Amino acid sequence: MNKDTSHINSLENEAIYIMREVAAQFEKPVLLFSGGKDSITLVRLAVKAFYPAKVPFPLMHIDTGHNFPETIEFRDRLVEELGLELIVRNVQDSIDQGKVKEESGRYASRNMLQTTTLLDAIEEFKFDACIGGARRDEEKARAKERIFSVRDDFGQWDEKNQRPELFDMLNGEIEHGQNVRVFPISNWTELDVWSYIEQENIEIPSIYFAHKRKVFLRDGMIWSADDEVVYRDNHEEVVEELVRFRTVGDMSCTAAVLSDATTISKVVEEIRESTISERGARIDDKRSEAAMEKRKQQGYF
Amino acid sequence: MEVLKIATAGSVDDGKSTLIGRILYDTKSLTTDKLEAIEKTSKQRGYDYLDFSLATDGLVAEREQGITIDVAHIYFSTKKKSYIIADTPGHVEYTRNMVTGASTSQASIILIDARKGVIEQTNRHFFINNLLRIKDVVVTINKMDLVDYSEEVYNKIKADFEELMSKRDYQDQKITFIPVSALKGDNVVNKSDKMPWYKGEALLEHLEQLNKADIFNVGTPRFPVQYVIRPKTEDFHDFRGYAGKVYGGNLSVGDDVIVLPSKTRSKIKDIYFYNEKYETASRRSSVTITLEDDINVSRGDMIVKEGDLPTIEKQFTANVCWMDSNQLTPGGKYIVQHGVNKVLAKVDRINHKIHPDYSGIDHDVTGLGVNDIASVTFKLNKPIFYDQFKNHRTNGSFILIDTQTNNTVGAGFIQ
Ligand SMILES: Nc1nc2c(ncn2[C@@H]2O[C@H](COP(=O)(O)OP(=O)(O)OP(=O)(O)O)[C@@H](O)[C@H]2O)c(=O)[nH]1
Ligand SMILES: [Mg+2]
Repeated sequence: MNKDTSHINSLENEAIYIMREVAAQFEKPVLLFSGGKDSITLVRLAVKAFYPAKVPFPLMHIDTGHNFPETIEFRDRLVEELGLELIVRNVQDSIDQGKVKEESGRYASRNMLQTTTLLDAIEEFKFDACIGGARRDEEKARAKERIFSVRDDFGQWDEKNQRPELFDMLNGEIEHGQNVRVFPISNWTELDVWSYIEQENIEIPSIYFAHKRKVFLRDGMIWSADDEVVYRDNHEEVVEELVRFRTVGDMSCTAAVLSDATTISKVVEEIRESTISERGARIDDKRSEAAMEKRKQQGYF
Repeated sequence: MEVLKIATAGSVDDGKSTLIGRILYDTKSLTTDKLEAIEKTSKQRGYDYLDFSLATDGLVAEREQGITIDVAHIYFSTKKKSYIIADTPGHVEYTRNMVTGASTSQASIILIDARKGVIEQTNRHFFINNLLRIKDVVVTINKMDLVDYSEEVYNKIKADFEELMSKRDYQDQKITFIPVSALKGDNVVNKSDKMPWYKGEALLEHLEQLNKADIFNVGTPRFPVQYVIRPKTEDFHDFRGYAGKVYGGNLSVGDDVIVLPSKTRSKIKDIYFYNEKYETASRRSSVTITLEDDINVSRGDMIVKEGDLPTIEKQFTANVCWMDSNQLTPGGKYIVQHGVNKVLAKVDRINHKIHPDYSGIDHDVTGLGVNDIASVTFKLNKPIFYDQFKNHRTNGSFILIDTQTNNTVGAGFIQ
């Protein structure tokens, strides 16, 4: 085995190392599963890290209730096939309990509301480490984050005062009530993730591939008109296009891209050539220049 | 494709972030939306140029103050290589973040402002790079546009730096000088016609031709056990695998090994990577190993080849970079994290403090303040299995954790 030469394999080795550190250093870790390609990649890495034993932590999905139906169906099948434990907590419950208020208007999204549900769930289960699929190449505030990122009792990120993280030594010492967000694929780029999915032949939800969908245009972006979830003005005309999704978040803030990439190798090719970033299709980042940093401070993924 | 990790270094405002932004721009690695955001913000601020530092300074506080506070990791690739660049802060207050970025890098770019020359922070960062034994260092003399692209200025700074170099500890470190203008793009990705007197390569050209032998160290194989895998399923009832990362060299099936600290001998039976078995595990691969004999091995133990034992001791002396505002004093207790192994340590004595400009050492030190570098002797509650840092980058380094705050407060290099 020459695991040294290939870039993607060295990233894989690093991620497996991080997964094992989590299992060894924490009492109650959890893998935050969104149903997107990054968290599917994490699941694959976790399975590899502990083979032939089972993955020693559960998955948790914070369900906004506005997911693409394909991702939920995919999630349930994945968990079943791999014999994993899945916890689901619903943003709808947080709304019903009056903890958060649903946004309204044309940019309404449940993306921000997830944070409250997530923090409540961390407290409910006393999770001390939450593994997430964030990558440093995604966004400028994420480029700053450590692999083990400590959150205080309120789940908040103190971005100006992060722990030094030296060599590959990961310091998981925390106080009771704190937790650590762990990012095993920090050093992967979007292209790395896709190349890995191709190399490993990992199954992903169908919406990542080109398909015909009823959509409408707004602010130069393509939105799904299939469901009621995305607010649409009457004058915003619905057309059918061949599209795919580059990132799969909450439906209300994830735009599609025109694409004819129907296979994984075509998707890899498309990403390689792409001149806009993955997050260019996320309206939640466009709210302000510092949108991501603010959300992270509050305890977002 | 290879991957090369590089860290920037140098004093505040020397142009590190601008340089990285420039590399991204000239290699067409900035996506349209990111470039548009930079154009928009530059215009809002009334600049008549593109402020490339905005490509890496991602925190609100950084953009407001125009300085870097914490490391940004930036990814781009050329036809030849994939690069990870750790853009580190120059401000002395954030030295810990600079060390964070440099500690995992194989090469480093030290920037010097042509108008200012070699200053205290240049010394400190060069010292840290040398302490870390980074094999390839590029000294880029930046802002040449502000000194009329003068060869004299360049030569003067180069001579000053060479004097510093002559005193360095790790003499095999390769050092290259390049005059650049990060803002204008001279000698960054493309050779500039403004400095015909400079015959060397542009910065990226230099990085492109670095090969593995230039940047990686080889040592003896060490296998710190990270996690014990016991599936206890029907198919793998008696399976007992030791998961970990291989450091320094390769391990193969059939190798005679010794497990530390028990010093039990055994042989490597199988090497697994996921569900496949391999004959050899190469350095830096995360594998699972099984042994021929049923012995008790747990996290923090180390598997090494027979005849290649590390030092097994309950005390050691190391150069320490102190990173906390609370002082390190003799008698102080810390957790030493050495790889995946954690032991309790007590500061036995501070031998001397080192001036980062190589001008000498101070004896009679009562405590270490933030950013001090010193030789310190520790006593441990249990033995650890270490190599000298100069022989083994992984097995010769450790971090210090404060037992009260849980913070990482220091980095150490075993002597
Ligand atoms: N004229 C000129 N200005 C430059 C050059 N490189 C950088 N600058 C300017 O110098 C200032 C500081 O640049 P930065 O890139 O933020 O410096 P830095 O080294 O990253 O600073 P810290 O990260 O805070 O240590 C900015 O105003 C840049 O536009 C250059 O080559 N020529
Ligand atoms: Mg900077």
